[in-house]
Amino acid sequence: MAAPAFKNALVRWIDHRLPVFTFLQHELHEYPTPKNLSYWWNFGSLAGIVLVVMILTGIFLAMHYTPHTAFAFDSIERIMRDVNYGWLIRYIHMNGGSFFFIVVYIHIFRGLYYGSYKAPRELLWIIGVVILLLMMATAFMGYVLPWGQMSFWGATVITNLFSAIPLIGDGIVTWLWGGFSVDNPTLNRFYSLHYLLPFLIVGAVLLHLMALHRFGSSNPLGIDVKGPQDSIPFHPFYTAKDAFGLGIFLIAFAGVVFFAPNLFGEPDNYIRADPLVTPPHIVPEWYFLPYYAILRAIPNKLLGVIAMFGSILVLFIVPWLDTARVRSAKFRPTYRKFFWVLVVDCVVLGYVGANPPDGWFIVTGQVATAYYFFHFLILMPVLGLVERPLPLPHSISAPVLKPAEGKA
Amino acid sequence: MAEAATATKGHADGETRRDFIYLAAAGMGAVGAAATVWPFISFMNPSADVLALSTSEVDLKPVQEGMSITVTWRGKPVFVRRRTKAEIDTAAAAKLGDLPDPQPDAARVKKPEWLILVGVCTHLGCVPLGQKSADPKGEYGGWFCPCHGSHYDTSGRIRKGPAPKNLEVPPYAFLDDTTIRIG
Ligand code: HEM
Ligand code: FES
Repeated sequence: MAAPAFKNALVRWIDHRLPVFTFLQHELHEYPTPKNLSYWWNFGSLAGIVLVVMILTGIFLAMHYTPHTAFAFDSIERIMRDVNYGWLIRYIHMNGGSFFFIVVYIHIFRGLYYGSYKAPRELLWIIGVVILLLMMATAFMGYVLPWGQMSFWGATVITNLFSAIPLIGDGIVTWLWGGFSVDNPTLNRFYSLHYLLPFLIVGAVLLHLMALHRFGSSNPLGIDVKGPQDSIPFHPFYTAKDAFGLGIFLIAFAGVVFFAPNLFGEPDNYIRADPLVTPPHIVPEWYFLPYYAILRAIPNKLLGVIAMFGSILVLFIVPWLDTARVRSAKFRPTYRKFFWVLVVDCVVLGYVGANPPDGWFIVTGQVATAYYFFHFLILMPVLGLVERPLPLPHSISAPVLKPAEGKA
Repeated sequence: MAEAATATKGHADGETRRDFIYLAAAGMGAVGAAATVWPFISFMNPSADVLALSTSEVDLKPVQEGMSITVTWRGKPVFVRRRTKAEIDTAAAAKLGDLPDPQPDAARVKKPEWLILVGVCTHLGCVPLGQKSADPKGEYGGWFCPCHGSHYDTSGRIRKGPAPKNLEVPPYAFLDDTTIRIG
């Protein structure tokens, strides 16, 4: 790769010794990107921006937050009332968590619809699932920090999941707690890890991007870029499109931060943690509700826990479960319908997770859980073999240049 | 280099002293790594001061028949229930075959009148309801865990719901007729 001739002499001097400018030029400007990416391709860069926002607001919150059971709740109230713009920084961080999950879930479903996990992007997808797991751990531990009732009881219920492991389970739970219940040692280590994990996410994101840039983005047609006529440089075309999407996103985000900051929150978390009183109805944050529904769908403790973790781990093997030869659901009429059934199924699971486990909700939760696993473990492999995909266009530009041929 | 070459030549089966040294060094490295990791794992387990706080004494005098109090032990609630005659009888009458975690009532108490339990649901750790007179006590008249619907009987044994085990009986001793020490 020939070093591009930079105009600025200082840039040239630096680039000769430390080729960062060449690197950026190569990865952003020359980086060929399919020219048919839709707005569903905005959510990756959005997620990256939200990650930066979370880290920035988090570092500032840490300057006024006290990780001690006797002071944590009050330090948050102080941030909200006395610290300059404390309410703003905290509401951005609190709602940023929710928006992070909205963005990442859309990003994942985009991948499922367009088959973005298929060869040669399996590792890209797997790193993405790792990022999801890290995010879940980060958000779970962050939610404990304000030390409200939901913080405390959420932490208790989730750490107790590990007690389902035969023989060593109770020892693991005591080890996680650093005591005999969720208490000050637990709060301290959660704070330490809540600070650490986002930086591990940054590391995973860099690997994610490295894997992405190896073969470039997939696209709504799911066919490979055949030549220069199919692609355009990332910058300025997609930087502009991403910036426009970011503007729309920020309007929605600011709307919630300023006008409905507790929309995603639980009123119980404004009550100080009380280890002797469980709130009558414990619910996790909304983004954990589907998993919580799966946990409760199975009346056996150990199996419930296995199913819950399994619902995420199954994503790791999706590239091998899907046997179809075409990537995009655009050309898979049957899979496309089942994709939407899966989306509805996840929403139903979330709804069941938010409600107390009795009567009608139990059965619904069980059916929805069974369907979830059916989709991945049975439908995906079988449908890929039996479904007859629609004919693919010859190239990304073909349907545009010769519409009749593309539609054939 | 020359020596390495001759060493390999000397052994027809391809095994050399060098292979042994590699293995021994790698093995030693693994032992060293494990020994280094151990303090970090142990660091996260309960510390000496947390362990030192692990007994509590409870004065039983103010507790009337049919009443319950909640005390804290190791940061957890402990239920102390002075059971009525009827409660003791139903607990004793339960058929062991009907219990998910079979245990006779007699094995769970030191004096039938006093039932001492760790007030933590064995499912996922919520505090069951049933200590206050207005609380729901579940279908078996003991405790009811609202989190995922576990029912405990008047001996604190699980009867219905997702919890796998009976409410734990903490180690305790009667110091005299009206005082117990838990832990
Ligand atoms: C992956 C990025 C992150 C996510 C998803 C995340 C998520 C969360 C969540 C859900 C809360 C609870 C908000 C509430 O209910 O009040 C929280 C609190 C907190 N986080 Fe983060 N966080 C992230 C990064 C960080 C970083 C890098 C720091 C730096 C130290 C940080 C520091 C804090 C602090 C001090 C709190 C307590 C204040 C509060 O609860 O508002 N966070 N976090
Ligand atoms: S924690 Fe009590 S039923 Fe789940």
